[in-house]
Amino acid sequence: MPNAEELLRFLPEMILTLAAIFLMLWESRYDEHDERPGMPAAALIGLGLAAVASILAGAAPGSAFRNMLIVDSFATFFRLLVLAVGALAVLSASPFLRQRRAEGGEFYALLLLSLVGQSLMAASNELIMVFIGIEISSIASYVLAGYLRDDKRANESALKYFLLGSFATGFLLYGVSWIYGLTGTTNLNEIAAILGNADIAPNAMFSAVAAALMLAGLCFKVSAFPFQSWAPDVYQGAPTPVSAFLSAAPKAAAFATLLRVFFTAFEPVSDRWLPLLAAVALATMVIGNLAALWQTDVKRLLGYSSIANAGYVLVAVAAHSTLGISAVLFYLAVYAVMNFGAFAVVALLEGSELSDFHGLAKRQPVTAGLMAVFLASLIGLPLTAGFFGKFYIFKSAIDAELYWLAGLGLLTSAVAAFYYLRIIVVMYTKPVPEGRGEMAAPAASVQAALVFSAAVTIGLGVFPGWLLDWATRSSGLLR
Amino acid sequence: MDLIFFLLFASIAVGCGISLVVQKHPIASALSLIGVMGSLAVLYLLLGAEFIAAVQLIVYAGAIMVLFVFVIMLLNAAEEAPSRKTNWPSRLLGVPLLAVFVALLAYLFDKMSPSLGTVTFGAFTTGGKQIGRSLFNNYLLPFEVTSVLVLIAILGAIVLARKEID
Repeated sequence: MPNAEELLRFLPEMILTLAAIFLMLWESRYDEHDERPGMPAAALIGLGLAAVASILAGAAPGSAFRNMLIVDSFATFFRLLVLAVGALAVLSASPFLRQRRAEGGEFYALLLLSLVGQSLMAASNELIMVFIGIEISSIASYVLAGYLRDDKRANESALKYFLLGSFATGFLLYGVSWIYGLTGTTNLNEIAAILGNADIAPNAMFSAVAAALMLAGLCFKVSAFPFQSWAPDVYQGAPTPVSAFLSAAPKAAAFATLLRVFFTAFEPVSDRWLPLLAAVALATMVIGNLAALWQTDVKRLLGYSSIANAGYVLVAVAAHSTLGISAVLFYLAVYAVMNFGAFAVVALLEGSELSDFHGLAKRQPVTAGLMAVFLASLIGLPLTAGFFGKFYIFKSAIDAELYWLAGLGLLTSAVAAFYYLRIIVVMYTKPVPEGRGEMAAPAASVQAALVFSAAVTIGLGVFPGWLLDWATRSSGLLR
Repeated sequence: MDLIFFLLFASIAVGCGISLVVQKHPIASALSLIGVMGSLAVLYLLLGAEFIAAVQLIVYAGAIMVLFVFVIMLLNAAEEAPSRKTNWPSRLLGVPLLAVFVALLAYLFDKMSPSLGTVTFGAFTTGGKQIGRSLFNNYLLPFEVTSVLVLIAILGAIVLARKEID
């Protein structure tokens, strides 16, 4: 029987599951196209309680359920991060869905359940738990991507995501079975102990194959080269608030898994996978940024930009240092907010083409201003959070003597400035298109989400210290 | 005797696997998949893993394949039409790359086989009892959390497949 401490460490997931089930039961009281006035608030309360539980659980670090879970400050950081993204998603999705008369309890339930998976991924200390966490998060994501069933693009996006995602999970699982065959265990610490002991370690070539298979599966989840092609299609087709969620939360959780699995279990064979990771990081940055240059659809552009950003994060992973890990945590948090903000603005417009942004500054000055803040942060301009995010990433690469990676990475991020700036330019210089007058102010919950994101983006650009301290504290316990 | 059975059912599994991909008619593919599942169950049995063999038959060859066949029959799927667009790069590169992948794996196994342990027929002696014990002790959490996965699958099926009420 698990004791109270162990149950506390699993409490956030339990709260999220209960909240999801509650929303599903509540849903039966409404007709299909009704608004569900109380539901976003209920979902937010569930998320808030789960966040409190995560903080309480994080206050007493340790393992639970026979080492299946390990709740340390690293896990707590990611739990709070994905919960925050979930809250932003609820805020921006509810007006979006109401406008399309498609609000439903299932949507919030799926969102909460997908967060259960991501929260488990962050805390898993076992390959089996990692796998189940990834599956929970992914299957909920596939359904969320296709939530608007009458939209052909959303259907295509969900199907593509599902087929490619299942294929990638197959790779991951094949890697897990290899490592179990080689070491006889799926516990990350035990794997590390066996791989690190020269007397009983299997041939390093085999461990490298297992690591490569798992890396392929995880690279898909973070949309890294050569498994990136799904990202623009899925983000373009999915309902925009869902795209915002998908590009932030599951990706952050996948990076958490990547860090934990490779920096603990595969640490003894790190000289085999680090060069591969550095090459993947470079290719991801180049492909993402160059492909984004030609896009005229802003959602698709943000999809490519999310590939490029995954590349930046991989640079810090490849640095293979404590500074690198804290840079990863810092950047993922920053990216989640600024990218979410950008997607949330796109969700407000009639369409997502670049021409829909023409003259936005005259039609809705506040929204245009917020969008400009998010884009400036994505470029990495000083006084925004993106600047410090990129700064710490490339600093960690330089400290690790990966000069070529840092140099080429900076070069590609200079290229990236072009396509982000283009959006700002059309917002402020192009005339308002014919037949489009002033835009109504966005719903209060969206305004709250946008203002919060912008405040965090600028706040961290001026005072990055506390988040970096927190990220550094959270990276220390990992090994 | 074991070896003869192994070779027989292993070749049936591979043959059915190839036929699964090559067949044009969905029902023929589904039947080949049943062949793969069934012969895999025999292979598990040869190793002494009766529980896995039984589960393989009941879950895969039984439940999942029946569902597949039902869906195919409900949709009345006809013979696959050859796709109009031929994707040349994937055709040209796919087969050689697959060959390279298989050759690489074979090379690895051949090179490293002395350092790997070997499995003998009937090596596993764990029965349902031990599996049950470890499932409800060490693997309690994954076992329970899988129920969330099933819940999502049901919810997802309802969201994507329900009829519009208008």
